[in-house]
Amino acid sequence: MPADPSGVLTGQHYLDGNHAACEGALAAGCRFASGYPITPSTEIVERMASRFPLMGGMFIQMEDEIAASITLQGAVWGGKKAITVTSGPGFSLMMEHIGLAAMTETPCVFMNVQRGGPSTGLPTLPAQSDMMQARWGSHGDYRLIALSPDSPQECFDLAVEAFNLSEQWRVPVMMMMDECVGHMTERVVIPPADQIHVVERRWTKKKPGDYQMYEVGPDLVPDMVKAGDGHHIYVTGLTHNEKGYPAMNVAAQDKLVRRLSDKITKNADKICRFDEDQIEGAEVVVVSYGITSRVARRGVEMARAKGVKVGMLRLIVVWPFPEKRIAEIAPKVKGFVVPELNLGQMVQEVERAANGQTRTVLVGHAGGEVHDPEVIAEAIIKAAKVSNARNA
Amino acid sequence: MSAIAENPVNPYLRMDRMPSIWCPGCGIGTSVNCFARALTQAKLDLKKTSIVSGIGCTGRVSGYLNLDSFHTTHGRAIPFATGLKLANPELNVIVYSGEGDLVAIGGNHLIHAARRNIDMLVICVNNFTYGMTGGQVSPTSPGGATFTTAPFGQFEEPFSLPYLVDSCGATYVARWTTFHVRQLTKSIREAMGKTGFRFIEVISPCPTLYQRRNKLGDGLDAMKFYKEKSVLKNGADTRELRIDFQSEITVGTFVDRQRPHWLQAMNTRFKEVFGDKYTPHPEGPVAVAKAGKGAEEAAN
Repeated sequence: MPADPSGVLTGQHYLDGNHAACEGALAAGCRFASGYPITPSTEIVERMASRFPLMGGMFIQMEDEIAASITLQGAVWGGKKAITVTSGPGFSLMMEHIGLAAMTETPCVFMNVQRGGPSTGLPTLPAQSDMMQARWGSHGDYRLIALSPDSPQECFDLAVEAFNLSEQWRVPVMMMMDECVGHMTERVVIPPADQIHVVERRWTKKKPGDYQMYEVGPDLVPDMVKAGDGHHIYVTGLTHNEKGYPAMNVAAQDKLVRRLSDKITKNADKICRFDEDQIEGAEVVVVSYGITSRVARRGVEMARAKGVKVGMLRLIVVWPFPEKRIAEIAPKVKGFVVPELNLGQMVQEVERAANGQTRTVLVGHAGGEVHDPEVIAEAIIKAAKVSNARNA
Repeated sequence: MSAIAENPVNPYLRMDRMPSIWCPGCGIGTSVNCFARALTQAKLDLKKTSIVSGIGCTGRVSGYLNLDSFHTTHGRAIPFATGLKLANPELNVIVYSGEGDLVAIGGNHLIHAARRNIDMLVICVNNFTYGMTGGQVSPTSPGGATFTTAPFGQFEEPFSLPYLVDSCGATYVARWTTFHVRQLTKSIREAMGKTGFRFIEVISPCPTLYQRRNKLGDGLDAMKFYKEKSVLKNGADTRELRIDFQSEITVGTFVDRQRPHWLQAMNTRFKEVFGDKYTPHPEGPVAVAKAGKGAEEAAN
């Protein structure tokens, strides 16, 4: 359905990524935000605090990120689309509630504007070092969806997409930004409301008594209700049956946890999104995401200028990881080059998906600034010189 | 079959989940009975009433009540309930949890929700110990009593819950024991009819762990003790409500006042700033005229 025009700031703007991400959330229909200040993410909730009052939204600054990350889930069960926004240290505090959202299938969006870590690290400088935390940070087995925008425009576009995916698949969606993208100012075009596709909540059509909270159809995703609809729902973080009642036994655990995983893995082809450039005939393929993909593009151009056939694959949806596509490309290339602002996170996924069919080279960076494109170009050129990938 | 009268609270419970997990002599079930009776009498729209719990023995309460039930994470019932209430102010939101959940791990949320005056009723069952994990020391554990994690006696100062929430701005503060079933029922009903951050402490026995470990007998002995040692002092100064090991327990309603709750304060502020451009959010549940099913039986 089209977006609610009250949240859509149609027009051409000169915005930084944080402000654009806020506008994307509003366009997607987000009307509740709970936050806690943390650099370099705070502009997003600051803008919400000033934009919400005149569009029927509500912002509350909570006492900490633990609170912020569950207050939004209360708001979702109250019927709103809701968001919280943070950076590394706050993201760490939110982990238990990412698990709660996964377990209770609460559609909601977490934005993480990544900064250098571990611990307090580099509060004002970029990194991409929470990528594995986004995937694995909460305890137990679960799957979720994560996105990585590379520009203010994409911060807007993917914020809309983050809400849509969360509603469609009933999972917490992580919008994995970084300080550079968050604070970079560029042209952002916000389309008219009727040209923005918004996914509504999967409201059940069943009446109280007929509705089972976690009964699913072929896509493995249950329909939803909200508090006050008369269903007398039971939402628990305990292992539960279709009715939502606690069921603490091996069979119920297997059924539930397997479905939570399957609904993402079995639908991964529908969820995965990436950009490709000159993959066909490439000797080397650069796999990158977020701000690093823009730096990598310069490195790719430098290598092409020296005659190397190099392709690019830019992850837009980071989790689930497009392992099928990587596996298809792997036997055709001499190597993958993976630059990222960490000491090796998504590169492990590339290597796993390549499954020994080619070399995978990390161009790591501890964070605090973006890569020097020359370093990426050198890695590409070096990878292209390897004659036999598997024996290198 | 018609000769057997159904307990008037049954429609308010998820009977398909009985029996409960609670031990014989535990006070949590007694408090739930009082709560359900208060529901039969209160003028609440039960379709629009949600109950939120954290983790622990009392954390299971939400799952036995036939309302919209939310069993959240440890300590975080209040921030979840905050989001639920603000997203839909027409809901009656009740938080029901234990003192370990609400005051230890959730203590930060408790004081801030009271300060903000979020419109919710919090029922805190205080049994002085962590029951579900096996009898560890809690933030209200009285000095001298022993626990699995204070085997030589508790030596920290306990929180006095009415004093804590009063000082943070709660609009209604009461304390009862599970001996005071009529008073507790009346107090819950009264609090359901008020607005703002309302807090009722329910002193409750844990026969399996606190009573047994401290050689205090069983649940019945606890009732006898509460009967003998409770002193009714409505309006008492909350600074004088500390509970020491087997000391007197002051019960009553200590605070009953009005101040704008969060949604009212927000609406007032934004109306001042934005004037007619601002559309106020609803500030509370729509009143219902008649009491819920079972009201007459319960009142008799």
